[in-house]
Amino acid sequence: MEAGMVTPAPALVRFSGIQKTYDGEHLVVKNLDLDIRKGEFITLLGPSGSGKTTTLMMLAGFEVPTQGEIYLADRPIKNMPPHKRDIGMVFQNYALFPHLTIAENIAFPLSVRKINKAEAQERVKSALRMIKMETLAHRRPGQLSGGQQQRVALARALVFNPQLVLMDEPLGALDKRLREQMQLEIKQLHETMGITVVYVTHDQSEALTMSDRIAVFNDGIVQQIDTPDALYEHPVNSFVAHFIGENNVLAGTIETVEKEYCRVALAGGGAVTARAVNISGAGASTSLSVRPERISIILDGTSSDGPNRLPARVQSTIYLGDHALAVLDVAGNGEFIVKLQPDAHVNLRHGDSVFITFRPEDCLALDPV
Amino acid sequence: MTAVLTSADAPTEVPLKRRLKRAERARQVKALALVLPLLLFLLFTFAGPIAGMLWRAVDDREVRQILPQTIAVLADWDGKDLPDEKAYAALAGDILAARGSGTMAIAAKRLNYALNGFRTILTSTARNLKAVPEPGTAKETLGKINPAWRERATWTTIKDASGPLTGFYLLAALDLTRNIDGAIVAAPPDQAIYRNIFTRTFIISLSVTALCLILGFPVAYLLATLPPGRSNLLMIFVLLPFWTSLLVRTCAWIVLLQSKGVVNDSLHWLGIIDEPLRLIYNRFGVCVAMTHVLLPFMILPLYSSMKAISPAYMRAAASLGAPPVTAFLRIYLPQTLPGIGAGSLLVFILALGYYITPALVGGAADQMISYFIALYTTETANWGLASALGTVLLLVTLLLALLYGKLVQGQQVTGGMKN
Repeated sequence: MEAGMVTPAPALVRFSGIQKTYDGEHLVVKNLDLDIRKGEFITLLGPSGSGKTTTLMMLAGFEVPTQGEIYLADRPIKNMPPHKRDIGMVFQNYALFPHLTIAENIAFPLSVRKINKAEAQERVKSALRMIKMETLAHRRPGQLSGGQQQRVALARALVFNPQLVLMDEPLGALDKRLREQMQLEIKQLHETMGITVVYVTHDQSEALTMSDRIAVFNDGIVQQIDTPDALYEHPVNSFVAHFIGENNVLAGTIETVEKEYCRVALAGGGAVTARAVNISGAGASTSLSVRPERISIILDGTSSDGPNRLPARVQSTIYLGDHALAVLDVAGNGEFIVKLQPDAHVNLRHGDSVFITFRPEDCLALDPV
Repeated sequence: MTAVLTSADAPTEVPLKRRLKRAERARQVKALALVLPLLLFLLFTFAGPIAGMLWRAVDDREVRQILPQTIAVLADWDGKDLPDEKAYAALAGDILAARGSGTMAIAAKRLNYALNGFRTILTSTARNLKAVPEPGTAKETLGKINPAWRERATWTTIKDASGPLTGFYLLAALDLTRNIDGAIVAAPPDQAIYRNIFTRTFIISLSVTALCLILGFPVAYLLATLPPGRSNLLMIFVLLPFWTSLLVRTCAWIVLLQSKGVVNDSLHWLGIIDEPLRLIYNRFGVCVAMTHVLLPFMILPLYSSMKAISPAYMRAAASLGAPPVTAFLRIYLPQTLPGIGAGSLLVFILALGYYITPALVGGAADQMISYFIALYTTETANWGLASALGTVLLLVTLLLALLYGKLVQGQQVTGGMKN
């Protein structure tokens, strides 16, 4: 979907100046402007209470925006009841109708649309084939496993070819292995069917795995909308840097700013050069963000001398099979994590004095936390 | 645990099984001990009386005890002609003996149920029979005292009542009787009232059940969907009727509905009616008062079945394109069916046995079967017929409960929702 960034597809959904409050006092969604392009897989990611689910519910029609308008294919839908919106939805707990069989559940959206029996049957059959559950057509939802129920819910939301499919933390109730498998299956369905998907989750790895674009929500505001790699490499503020992936934070004060880079004096002693991303200028305080895998540990303190070289003390090491982690004390941050090769941790012992170094472009100067 | 592990060394599986059974037995005994007081209580207050009722419906030993010789002789009688001299002699002996012991009235009462006027026949015979007739003259003597002894029907009545078991009361409860030749036929019209009363009982119960369902369903829905604070308040209103006695509530309806009552006065004052409406001592009053009393029994099962339906189902239905009415009819309503069934069965069965309310606010044509059961037990002391009516009611109710069980068996579904 990178091509979409060059020639943007037309917006299928447009949130325009959306605000939402439940109690009339504080806004759950503050001034949301968001375009969702036709055919893309967009994830609304954020901690609980950030407004992402409310946004999805407003799009589905179960909540009405307090202010602003939502356009679906250029038609305002703020006051359109949910059943007329032609939006498929997969719910957190599947919401399969317990008194109907699997086949009847999948046929439900077709029968309320008065699609003739023969065609409906054909479409239910091919939907069952798609989720590889032809043999279970006459079971009831209660007799299925969580993963199977999830597939049925998917098939039911897709069988009537909606212009948009919403998914509200659909994999939340599944165990890790099954969740990962379902992520790939959903991604594959999206690619083969060319549908537009709006996906809500609080799990950043799920968002990174599946999305074309991710909208990071916090405190009722979209912090950043971007592709997964852009979010990881170029977070616009400390919240995004923190929320996406692992991240080390060092507090400091900006001494000088020079073009795209700045020199920062650390609160715990020492100074480093960092990329100036979100700072107010010389003299302001800042939070530096460095990814664990962009840091090297130097065992003998005599070798190379770079711009970003800080003394560190080893706290502990953690072996994780495919890689290892070193937990260091760096400039007053006692939980500074460095990612290592699997066997590199054997050289580090609690209390060892070492040096760490990282490139200036891997260190981002962001708004203070 | 260790004990099981050591026994695993033994090659046979039996000891392990036995051990398991023993362990289970201790639990079962404990469970039994916990329910034992209630079990005994139910046995004495519920199972015992019901068994007694079933027994009294077919028990028929009064005549046998009081006219033993007659019954013994009549055992060989084919019932085609009048019995022979032996039977008359035995009857004369029995009558004299019963007159001596003063038990004649008991037999007279039982025989009078089957043949109106039998009491007079027996008492007049007992009064006029001076001594044991000379051998060979018993037939003539008795016939002279009361010509009824020359009729076959008199004798078949005694033979029918010879016990020890009888279908007489059960047949009577179904408006049936045995004719002179012992065939089962419809009872004469002046005695054939019970089918009518059973039908009336079922119609009133069905109407009350339907009214409760119509009135209770929206309330239960509101209870299940309102936020907890307000639904608790509403629940108190629903349960309020339980806080006053049945009698008080029924009398309140009399105050409200009588011709000079609150409702009629209000309607008159508003100018809607000129003449007071007849709202009580008829079917309308019975249905209103019974619906009021039984409404909570409908609302509570409905509420519990609705409470289990996640709002996500209705949202899912809407997102799949179902307008609200379709979603309600195809998704919500079917899931409340177990509640509708349970509530309706409960209300219907409770209504079947209603006695006080129809007695107080109903007219003569609105009395239900329990009124007649009470009448026969307390007023006329016809325990046999009262028990037979009770038995029929019990059997019909059991049949309905079984039917309901069959109907819901296929409906039992566990929700797809896991939370």
